[in-house]
Amino acid sequence: MYKLGIDVGGTNTDAVLIDENLKVVASVKEHTTRDAYDGILSAVRAVLKESGVNPGEIGQAMLGTTQCTNAIVERRHLAPIGILRIGAPATLGIPPMVDWAEDLRAVAVDMAVIGGGFEYDGKELAPFDKEAARKFFEGLKEKNVKSVAISCVFSTIRSDHEEEAGRLCREIMGEDVHVSISSEIGTMGLIERENATILNAALYQVAESFTNGFARSLRDEGIANADIYLSQNDGTLMTMEYARRYPILTIACGPTNSIRGASYLSKWKNAIVIDVGGTTTDLGVIQNGFPRESSVAVTIGGVRTNFRMPDVVSIGLGGGSVVRERKDGSVTVGPDSVGYQITEKALVFGGDVCTATDIAVRLGMTELGDASRVAHLSEEFARKAMDAIRSLAEDSIDAMKVSSDNVDIILVGGGSIILPEDLSGANSVSKPENGGVANAIGSAISKISGNYEALVDYLETPREQALEEAKKEAVELAVQAGAVRETVEIIDMEDTPLQYYPGNTNRVKVKAAGDLA
Amino acid sequence: MRKIGIEEIEDIALGAALLGAGGGGDPYVGKLVAIGAVKECGPVTLLDPDEVPDDALVVPIAMMGAPTILAEKGIGGTEYRTLYDAVSSFYGKPIYAFMPIEAGGVNSMLPIAAAARIGLPLVDCDGMGRAFPELQMVTFTIGGGSATPMALVDEKGNSTIFRTITNKWTEELARAVTMACGGSVSISLYAMDGAFMKKYSVKGIVTRSQVLGSAIHRVKEATDCTPQEQFLEITEGFPLFKGKISDVLREVRDGFNFGKVVLTGIQECKGREAYVEFQNENLAAVVDGKILATTPDLICLVDTETFQPVPTDALKYGKRVLVVGLPCFPLWRTKEGLDLVGPRYFGIDTDYIPLEERWKGGEQ
Repeated sequence: MYKLGIDVGGTNTDAVLIDENLKVVASVKEHTTRDAYDGILSAVRAVLKESGVNPGEIGQAMLGTTQCTNAIVERRHLAPIGILRIGAPATLGIPPMVDWAEDLRAVAVDMAVIGGGFEYDGKELAPFDKEAARKFFEGLKEKNVKSVAISCVFSTIRSDHEEEAGRLCREIMGEDVHVSISSEIGTMGLIERENATILNAALYQVAESFTNGFARSLRDEGIANADIYLSQNDGTLMTMEYARRYPILTIACGPTNSIRGASYLSKWKNAIVIDVGGTTTDLGVIQNGFPRESSVAVTIGGVRTNFRMPDVVSIGLGGGSVVRERKDGSVTVGPDSVGYQITEKALVFGGDVCTATDIAVRLGMTELGDASRVAHLSEEFARKAMDAIRSLAEDSIDAMKVSSDNVDIILVGGGSIILPEDLSGANSVSKPENGGVANAIGSAISKISGNYEALVDYLETPREQALEEAKKEAVELAVQAGAVRETVEIIDMEDTPLQYYPGNTNRVKVKAAGDLA
Repeated sequence: MRKIGIEEIEDIALGAALLGAGGGGDPYVGKLVAIGAVKECGPVTLLDPDEVPDDALVVPIAMMGAPTILAEKGIGGTEYRTLYDAVSSFYGKPIYAFMPIEAGGVNSMLPIAAAARIGLPLVDCDGMGRAFPELQMVTFTIGGGSATPMALVDEKGNSTIFRTITNKWTEELARAVTMACGGSVSISLYAMDGAFMKKYSVKGIVTRSQVLGSAIHRVKEATDCTPQEQFLEITEGFPLFKGKISDVLREVRDGFNFGKVVLTGIQECKGREAYVEFQNENLAAVVDGKILATTPDLICLVDTETFQPVPTDALKYGKRVLVVGLPCFPLWRTKEGLDLVGPRYFGIDTDYIPLEERWKGGEQ
């Protein structure tokens, strides 16, 4: 059986086929299309043709997609929603979406801030105002709203009020209403958590459209026996059903897949991954096989959120970056780029713009296009440009490091030919084969996870024992979801003391992930 | 007299975060509280200190408690009304205007929200011209003003007024009540009359914050000079050092964040070393073993590309920062001022020498 990995990016839709030994059998790059479906379809078709593999032999198909990000940034296909915040009399001074752009605010048909919520220690801030919630949901039902975002003060400490509101919402608005609950999506910081929840609620139609579209494109190509998964931004997979509930979790899965794909190709589990494109370069960190998460608030389409995201830095350096000589003799590279027009505009391709790629060809780092067309560039000029490229890369590598120790570097992406391999701050540099489609490979090799959560009184069950038991449960859940037992590892574990419970009660959360069979 | 709307708030929040000198809190929540109030109640009138009558009651507004709790509970809709009623009835006269107590991301913003919600003007002054960690560290202490009677209210409608014998008691009692009320409350302190305000406050600080914030927002638009030159010109700042953070040492003691950030020189500072010591706010900047600036002068770390202020809790290995010195409010340079906030108060064994003089005596 084969695995099919697909990555839908802003410019390209990549597809790879991987065999049982996780060896790349075929890979293709197609243009991303407006509705994504056609691009996926032609990528699937092309990769099947290239490999000659029988579609019936594909056992798993994984999709990583930027469609949610694009929907938010471009304000397209977002669903009308209702927003309920539980927390009055607190938080009234900051209504939901107070700093959102007007066009994005328009997704909210109605909003209310009602009584309820908790203090930092789990004490009730105010009783849950069930009547107000009921009235709000009834109003939404009349307006035919199908998706609701629910947030609550300190729901990360205690989620009872959010859950009660969720039940009431389904009871009144019907079982098919899409309910997004903030404690399931974000962390501390009400506004950022609520923002992520609102975006999740507004994305439900987008999620339905790309999950259905993906399934349809596979079916149309005769891929009838495959289990279908979506990539999350933590490097694990989710089912179609889960993706429909939490579409926001697909945001930024592209960089995550690229980082994990690079790690797989180089066999390195701890390194800095540099993905050089035509216009920008993304730097990320792989730690024990998973991308390092960002510790700061992340802005999506102008909205500040705080749910987990890979820690990625983008710089304006790529294969198409424009190289210029200034009056004082110094040479600059980027941040502007000829972008996808590189095949017309770069000197080596017969154009008249000196790009970073031309410099790499002039210095003999790569063979591409017509080298005679850059022979007139002086070596001094080319060296100065390469020094500028080097310092841009080295500065960003340094910014991603957590200490001054040297690190291993993995170079991937179509533009990686412009980077020298002897970068300072690096132990060794790997430029793996198939690095151009690292993202689709990352999607194909994503892991399947199991999440276990329980309340444990450490006075009755000592912490060590409780954590061990929780780990075992999480491993079992991952295996049940389809992971090969021998490959399952614990990827996340946390326990939070809950002061309002008797004894020494803690919420224990463990996430385990392993390779799909 | 002029109006402050949402655009002004964006600039004031950013400029005040710079004047926070590493402390003063995350401007995000503070800004949302101010924007929320102005959207609902309309723009706020900003008064020049000289426009306030001598006998008018002027009340500084601030928050007390944990910033992480503020980020969860925000501000309710009625705290400032409760506060207004409690303070007015205590003094037996209406409050004429609100003002901020310090510059900094959070406390520069909350008085704007209070002014909008009650419909009172805001006075263009504060008690620090920057941020400081302790209650008594305001210019009003030099003038003999007292933090108490201090009013404290929560979002549930509880309120109390403290009358204490020392600042230490104020701190201790207010902390206990704050935790009982849920960990984040609104307060008013150092209530004063117009005459006292005019004599001892740091005047024009709201406008200065706005000018600084606007300059940072627009720094990339510089045409006839580099963004850095433009930034230094508008802030009238001294570029003390430019470096990459190579280490951050932290320690939490008695509720304060103590620490030291070590910098390795880049660009024009290549080959040189520096460090900045902090206690919530930055206290001293030392370059190649030589002190270039100390409290009460402002030591601000900003991103070398965006010039956004980098607070002490966001210092991270590898980040590139420009260390900028800004002269403090002149009253801080008097003996009384230095007793309150000079280097020796913070355990730094050096005499205070104004930034400008240290700069002249330096290598530059």
